[in-house]
Amino acid sequence: MNSNRKVTWIAATLLVVLFAASVFSRRQVERVRGNEATLEDVLYLPSGKTIKRLSLGYSSLLANVYWTRAVQYFGSRHIKHAQRYDLLYPLLDITTDLDPKLIVAYEYGAVFLSQQPPEGAGQPDKAVSLVEKGIRENPGYWRLYFTLGFVHYMDRNDPKAAQIAFEKGSEIPGALPWMKVMAARMAERSKDINTSMALWQGIYETTYDNTVKDTAQRHLVSLQADRDITELQRRVDSYRARTGRLPTSWADLINAGLLPGIPITPFKDPYVLKDNGKVDVQDGSKYPYLGEWRNNIEKPF
Amino acid sequence: MTSRLSAITLNTFREAVRDRVLYNLILFVLLLVASAPLFGQISIGLERLILVNVGLSSISLFGVIIAILIGIGLVSKEIEKKTLYTILSRPVRRWEFIFGKYCGLLLTLIVNTVFMAMGLYLALLITAHSLTRADVLLLGAIYCIVLQFMIMVALTLFFSSFSTPIFSAIFAFSLFVIGTFGEDLKNFAAMSHGPTKWLASAAAYLVPNFASLNVIARVAHEQPVNGSLIGFNTLYALLYSAAVTAAAVLVFERRNLK
Repeated sequence: MNSNRKVTWIAATLLVVLFAASVFSRRQVERVRGNEATLEDVLYLPSGKTIKRLSLGYSSLLANVYWTRAVQYFGSRHIKHAQRYDLLYPLLDITTDLDPKLIVAYEYGAVFLSQQPPEGAGQPDKAVSLVEKGIRENPGYWRLYFTLGFVHYMDRNDPKAAQIAFEKGSEIPGALPWMKVMAARMAERSKDINTSMALWQGIYETTYDNTVKDTAQRHLVSLQADRDITELQRRVDSYRARTGRLPTSWADLINAGLLPGIPITPFKDPYVLKDNGKVDVQDGSKYPYLGEWRNNIEKPF
Repeated sequence: MTSRLSAITLNTFREAVRDRVLYNLILFVLLLVASAPLFGQISIGLERLILVNVGLSSISLFGVIIAILIGIGLVSKEIEKKTLYTILSRPVRRWEFIFGKYCGLLLTLIVNTVFMAMGLYLALLITAHSLTRADVLLLGAIYCIVLQFMIMVALTLFFSSFSTPIFSAIFAFSLFVIGTFGEDLKNFAAMSHGPTKWLASAAAYLVPNFASLNVIARVAHEQPVNGSLIGFNTLYALLYSAAVTAAAVLVFERRNLK
C-alpha cells in the first residue's frame, strides 16, 4: 500500500470513528443540558421586543421559530401529562412580540395556557393577557373575542367578563351571529351544561388544529353523557318515587312509560344502570371530563 | 513532523495577522464593546446585562465571520498563488498541510478572542469600576465560544479543500445558522414519525450543534455553567472538528492539483 492510500484509509477510518464518537458525546451534552435547555433561554431574554430589534428585519421568520418551539414544548409536556408548563407563556409572549399578527399563536396559545393541567398550563389569567394583546394588535379579528370569552367563561368562571367579550366581538363586521347568542347566554346566567356544549361546539367547528379539535370532541362527548346521565338519573328517581323500589333494568323504566327505549351513549353503546340505581357509562376512559359539569349545575338550562 | 506542522501553523497565523480584514473586524468589535455602556444608559438596570450580551455575542459572531473569511482562502489562495506546489514539493504531506492550516487559523482566533475578551473586561471595569465574582463566569462562555471556533475552522477548511471561496463561505455560514438551530431540528425529529423522524434525526446529528455551545444568556444572568456540560462540550467539539478535519484531509488527499 503506497503512502497516499494509507493516509486516505486512515483519514476515512478516523472520519467514521470520530463522527460516531461525536454523536455519542453530543448525546451526553443533551443529557447534561436537558431537552428544554434551548427553550429555557427564554427565561433570560429581556423581552421579545429586544429580540425583534436584534432580528435585523427577520422577525417574522424568528416568530415562526418561536411558535414552533412553543408548540413542541406544549406537545412534549402534554404527552408526559405534565403538571407545569413554566416556559409556555414566555415562549408565546416572545412569539407574539416578534409577529403581533400571528393569530394562530393567540388562539391556540390561549387554549394551551388556560386549560387545567395536564391538559394545559392552568394559567387562565395569562391566557387572557395573551388574547387581550392579540385583540390590541388585531382589533378587526372577531374570533379573538370568542377565544377571550371562552377563557373567561370556562377557565376563569367569570360569565360577566365572557359576556362583555362576546358582545364586543359580535359588534365587529363579519362576526358570526352566534357570538350574539353566546353573549345573551352569558348574560342570562352563570355556567351550565348547554352553554358549555355550545362553546365547545364552536371551538370544534372553527379550529383547524387536530389536537384542539380532539380536545373539544372529548369535552363534547363528556358533556353529552353528563347531560344524558342527569336526565336518566332524574327518571330513575321518578320511578323510585312512584314504585317505592329501584328499577332492575332499563326495561322497568320503558314499561313504566318513563323511557322510549334503551338509552344510548355518544359512542353508541347503552348507558349502564347499576344495582344501586346510579346511571353510568360502560367505559369511563372514553369520557375524561365526565361529571365535571354535572356536579356544578345549579339549574337546568 | 512536529517542526513541519508548527512551521505551517505559525505561517498561517502570521499571514492571518497581516490580513487587513482581520484588523477591521477587531476594531469593529472593540468599538461595539466600547459603545455598550452607551446602550446601557438608555435602559434601566440593564447596563451590565447589555454590555455582557453585546460583548459576548460580538466576540462569537465576529469570530465566526473571521473564521469564515480567512478559512475559505486557506487552500484556494495557496493554489492561486502557486505557493502550494512549493510547499508540497518539500517533505510536507498533504494531511500535515491541512492540519497545520487548521491549527494556524485556530491559534489566530484564540489570540483574537483573548484580545476581544480583554476589551470586554475593560469595558466592564469602566462601567462598574470593579470586577465581581460573576464576571469570572464569563470565562465559561468565552471558552465555549472558542469551542465554537474549533468547529467553524474545521468546517471552513473542509469546504475550502474542494470548493471556491464564495461557495465555501456560503456553505460554512449556512451550516453555522443551521447548527445554531440544531436543537430545534432535534426536537422536530422527536415529534416526527416514520422516515421523516429518521431523516431529521440523521440531519440533526450531522450538522454541528452550536446551540449547546451558546451559554451567553446564562452567564449574562450570572448563572454558572455546569462543569460536566463544559467537559462534554469540549469532548464534542474536539471529536466533531477532528472528524471534519479528517474529511478535509480525505478530500485533499484525493484532489488532483495538477
